[in-house]
Amino acid sequence: MNQDIHVVVEHLRGQVADITYVALAAARGLAAGSGGSLAAVLLGHNDEGLAGDLGADRVLYIDDPALADFNPEHYAGALTELISADPPRCVLFGDTSMGAETAGILSARLDLPLVSRCRSVDTANGALSFVSQICGGKILVEGALPEPVSLVTMVPGHYQPEEGRGAVAPEVIQTSISPRVAGRVTFNAYLEPAVGDIDISSVSVLVAVGRGIANEDNVEMAEELAEALGGAVCGSRPVVDQGWLPTTRMVGKSGKRVKPDVYLALGISGAPEHVEGMSGSELTIAVNTDVGAPIFDVAQYGSDVDLLDLLPVLIEQVQAAKEG
Amino acid sequence: MTTSTVDTPEDFEFNDAFRLSLEEVEQGRRIRACLQCAACSGICPFGFLMDFPPHKMISAMRAGMFERVMGMDSLWLCVSCYACAQVCPAQIPLTEGLMTRAKEEMVLAGNIPVELQDALENSQRYGNALGEPPRRRADWAAGLEPAVPILGKIKRSVDVLWFVGDYASFHPRGRQASQALATVLNRLGVDYGILGPEENSDGDSQRLAGERGLFEMLAEKNGRVFEKYEFQEILTTDPHAFNALKNEYPALGISYPVRHYSQFLATHLEQLQTMLGGAISARVAFHDPCYLGRANGIYDEPRQLLAAVPGLELVEMLHTRETSICCGGGGGGMWLDGFRWEKARFRLSEVRVQEALAVGADILAVTCPYEMPRFEDAAKTVEGAEHLVVKDIAELLADALVEAEVSS
Amino acid sequence: MNIVVPVKLVPDLVEDLEIDESGITLDTSWLRLILNEVDEHALEQALLLKEAHGGTASVISLDGEGVDDVLFSSAAKGVDHLIKLTGLEFGDDLNNHAVARLYGAIVERLEPELVLIGVQAHNDLDGSLGPLLAEYVGMPYVGYVSGITVTDGKCRVLKEYPGGLIAEMDVVLPAVLGVQAAEAPPRYVAISRIRQAMKTVSLDEQAAADPDSGGGPTIDSMFKPETGERATMIAGDEEEVAAKIVDLLGELGKV
Repeated sequence: MNQDIHVVVEHLRGQVADITYVALAAARGLAAGSGGSLAAVLLGHNDEGLAGDLGADRVLYIDDPALADFNPEHYAGALTELISADPPRCVLFGDTSMGAETAGILSARLDLPLVSRCRSVDTANGALSFVSQICGGKILVEGALPEPVSLVTMVPGHYQPEEGRGAVAPEVIQTSISPRVAGRVTFNAYLEPAVGDIDISSVSVLVAVGRGIANEDNVEMAEELAEALGGAVCGSRPVVDQGWLPTTRMVGKSGKRVKPDVYLALGISGAPEHVEGMSGSELTIAVNTDVGAPIFDVAQYGSDVDLLDLLPVLIEQVQAAKEG
Repeated sequence: MTTSTVDTPEDFEFNDAFRLSLEEVEQGRRIRACLQCAACSGICPFGFLMDFPPHKMISAMRAGMFERVMGMDSLWLCVSCYACAQVCPAQIPLTEGLMTRAKEEMVLAGNIPVELQDALENSQRYGNALGEPPRRRADWAAGLEPAVPILGKIKRSVDVLWFVGDYASFHPRGRQASQALATVLNRLGVDYGILGPEENSDGDSQRLAGERGLFEMLAEKNGRVFEKYEFQEILTTDPHAFNALKNEYPALGISYPVRHYSQFLATHLEQLQTMLGGAISARVAFHDPCYLGRANGIYDEPRQLLAAVPGLELVEMLHTRETSICCGGGGGGMWLDGFRWEKARFRLSEVRVQEALAVGADILAVTCPYEMPRFEDAAKTVEGAEHLVVKDIAELLADALVEAEVSS
Repeated sequence: MNIVVPVKLVPDLVEDLEIDESGITLDTSWLRLILNEVDEHALEQALLLKEAHGGTASVISLDGEGVDDVLFSSAAKGVDHLIKLTGLEFGDDLNNHAVARLYGAIVERLEPELVLIGVQAHNDLDGSLGPLLAEYVGMPYVGYVSGITVTDGKCRVLKEYPGGLIAEMDVVLPAVLGVQAAEAPPRYVAISRIRQAMKTVSLDEQAAADPDSGGGPTIDSMFKPETGERATMIAGDEEEVAAKIVDLLGELGKV
């Protein structure tokens, strides 16, 4: 048992995810409060090179061919060994497709408390505490990070990824742990997203549509506006699930992360899963008839007019402005 | 209930069960008298786009191959506007019977467009098709003076229970018209109350979209709430609610005297006339809503109200009274705009706006809450319609009342 | 192929949420519970697999307001077996660890080949149900799944990653899969069919065991996010709003 803080590094095809840096930023404060050190836990195969800019005191590196690509069973197996051998005070994960299930499996297997959807952590008076956001970001919950060991999954929003990058490469400690492979889950291959569509993460003006767009017909109006602005249309999960936009246009947790100059959010409520993908936008303008929608917490400008009333007028005015 | 699964190219069992079910509809046996004259398909605003317009549905049924109709989603173009039933020389209840029953089979088979599915799920979950929080149903009345009485709060009997309806409660334009109607009722000294959060959708459009079970569920909820209060009659904003309460609820044991607000106000015409001081100098075309006009034969009362407004010149569009053209919102059409646009690439509301322009109207007067957003939207896209104003009759009356106050 | 779908009802975010006087839980007086949205997808995926491969589909739910409607509606859609755990309700102080243990006990008795569960719920505070349940019953778990193909004894799943990348994985059955999206949008079922189910289908009511909430944090306080940094609301009708947006775009050289 020690007071160290661990951050499990999330990486996909040679790229460390932003959420890892967010978790490192959070963990830095926790380590200061607990009096322990901060270790990034890197699982992979021939992935040592990813350790360079992790803002941690040291990197615990577990190398195994079974960890070459994410596999929940192998990740949980390796981490079970690591945590059982010398339990730290906290282990942080991203609340993501990789982190959420790894943390869940470990919590049940090792009987360790798990705190999910954590937005920020605090260490007032030496006590470690968390703030989680639930109910689509409408409710925040505060509590103590249970002792002696807590698992935590982080959502973005409070910390900047830059705060979790280190100026100097941390020491990399190769561990002798290998995942106990039961062979129940096998990684086969990556399937590339449909090709031929534009890459919304490289477009400077995005017209984003959510549930409020109501029907496919109106998506066409959004396309028209995007065209007038020289941008592209993207959307939140419900719109993509309806088949009104291809998966390549999805912004958010399970879609793309975008940082356009302008993000025009139409009929998007702003659930955290969506906000995750667009919070880096330079200017966000939100239109939603629900004035209480969380998207207005992210946007710089907003309006509660009906977007279906607004769209034709806006298209006209944009076209007029372009011509004038 | 018959099954709607299709086993073989010709599912005679389904066909026959469907045909028999039509005969259970009032006057349904008249379907045997179909002449195949195709008048129904000719007058249907979307008939030319349907794989099986009404007369072909009947011929398919006679041939024992009705399940082929079920395989075509163009049935969802039907706006339940009663144009076919109106024109049928054999007086077959085409809207009530054939079209609605066919949609019911589509719903039972789960074969419905996604947009419509959302509206039906919202109606089931929230008691309104818009998916708005039920407890905000009376928000449109917030801050009005005198306050709009909510029956659950005032705990006394009233003369008139005002059934406001979904769009008049939640849609921004409908809310404005509701505020106007409250003003008119207040000025007339009518003793009324609304149900507020206890009110549910009347369910009529859901019924005509083929979701009969949902209609019954909503009607039963409303029926239980009606029973809690004492009132003499029900007043509706929405012609669809009027139609449901007048023609459909009684069969479910929910029977109350009901009037559309245009009928109600027309009986107060003398009193109104003394109050309508202010002139509205405008040419006004009135759009007959399907469920006031063709479905229930009410054509004169709205016109009497408009004619009572000083300065107002009433003009008639090309299609008027019995021949009025649907705004596109009926029979579930309110929730199928995207689907219909995909299929048709034109909007009935635009046709109507063009007709209003053709007779030089400044104002298109309506008396159904579906119509305001539809026509206002159309006026934005129809060339030359920029200045056409869409107003509910209640708004025009309220405007004239306010004028009267100022001038006295 | 026998499939179990354990579901969770969550607060409906259409209603404004209020925090009750205790400051650590939601005010239930206006709270409306609805089926967790991705559970609808898990249910749909179960029905698609059942239709393709035969077998049975079962739904498990704790008790609570609206649960019967959810269960009968799933029966009307094609679910064979409706299990309701009585004595405890959603909204009671039950965290996901407790619910996963309760559901796990039922799953062990049913011995399904596949457990499909919504990958997350918006009020998960101690992880999502899927991986907890999987571990309690000793099955493998893969989440964020948007496609499932079953072939002799194993299934091939598509797992979603951020950015639209998808991993194809094989999972040995029995397994628990966290469904993100079904291969078809959740189907509509006519109310008359639900009413029919209410008359003809029976609920298998089973008394819930004593809950064990070990594994989650304790809530000290619950509050709404500060609204200080909210967007500047543009006043006026759509013409004025459009004009302001065009101005903003103009400042950035976008029009």
